[in-house]
Amino acid sequence: MSGPGGHADPAYLLDASGPAAPPRDNGELVFRAPWESKAFGLALALTDAGLIDWEDFRRALIGEISGWETAHPSGEGWSYYDCWLRSLERVVSAGGLVGAGAVADRAAQLAALPPGHDHADAGHPGHDHPHAGHDHPAAGHDHD
Amino acid sequence: MTTAADDLDPALRAEALASLLIERGLVDEGVMNNFIKTYELSVGPMNGAKVVARAWIDPSYRERLLADGTGAIAELGFKGPQGEHIVVLENTPGVHHVVVCTLCSCYPWPVLGLPPSWYKDPSYRSRIVREPRAVLAEFGLELGEDVTIRVFDSSSEVRYMVLPLRPAGTEGLSEEELAALVTRDAMVGVAQAGTP
Repeated sequence: MSGPGGHADPAYLLDASGPAAPPRDNGELVFRAPWESKAFGLALALTDAGLIDWEDFRRALIGEISGWETAHPSGEGWSYYDCWLRSLERVVSAGGLVGAGAVADRAAQLAALPPGHDHADAGHPGHDHPHAGHDHPAAGHDHD
Repeated sequence: MTTAADDLDPALRAEALASLLIERGLVDEGVMNNFIKTYELSVGPMNGAKVVARAWIDPSYRERLLADGTGAIAELGFKGPQGEHIVVLENTPGVHHVVVCTLCSCYPWPVLGLPPSWYKDPSYRSRIVREPRAVLAEFGLELGEDVTIRVFDSSSEVRYMVLPLRPAGTEGLSEEELAALVTRDAMVGVAQAGTP
């Protein structure tokens, strides 16, 4: 991850600190960080699979948003998808799909991983490729 | 309790939640990514713009659109989540409509895509109701005192979309050329349709 406390994306802060002058760009990105798109996609996939009810989720979202607004009258630090993610965690936990403790544990594990931890089993540069799954090409090459 | 998880970065929590749901077979990663890609790339205000352009050139379509937004929009092939109950609000020279969701961020996804960040912002959601004229002016939309502004609050039951006024001097334009004048902001009601 980035340095200490380095998760504050400046684009966020800018956006939240200028509420009187809302950005009007028609072409803005739908998601400002990959985790936002993940939280969005999870909510839709779970609804699509019938595992959560959209209306339950929406009610949770309204609760998160109004709770946040009450606690932060200045509006500083606003993150819509943070409220979204918290709501999703709540309905997923209430529905018995994944408990909050399991999410916290897994997140702590992920936080403890060294940078560049993705693809833990793919770090063998310079090795010969293992041929697994390379079908022998002879079938298509019958030279008489 | 969620307290422990609350202290962690949302990126880590989202990744944790996703990995657990995928491992347990509750979420198909392909389905999840497909939803993301669809809303990042395919579903957006260009859909709504086509609806508006059709309504401008075809009076019977316009009538159907105002009577049954969801049905008329589905005629053009646009449907899906958050599009079940779309009501279209027609602007006139004397009445301007603007849309908000004061409680969360309800928005007609099939025609407009996902909402822009300002639509979700606490300040837009509260101020547009209290002082719509001032907020619209900040968007660059100065409306005369003779124009009535009506603010519509979206809800789980109804998602609103604005049918903007057709700009003057567009009589000879094709449907496609007209659609190019229709912006997302015009369909939320914080702008007028552009001029060619």
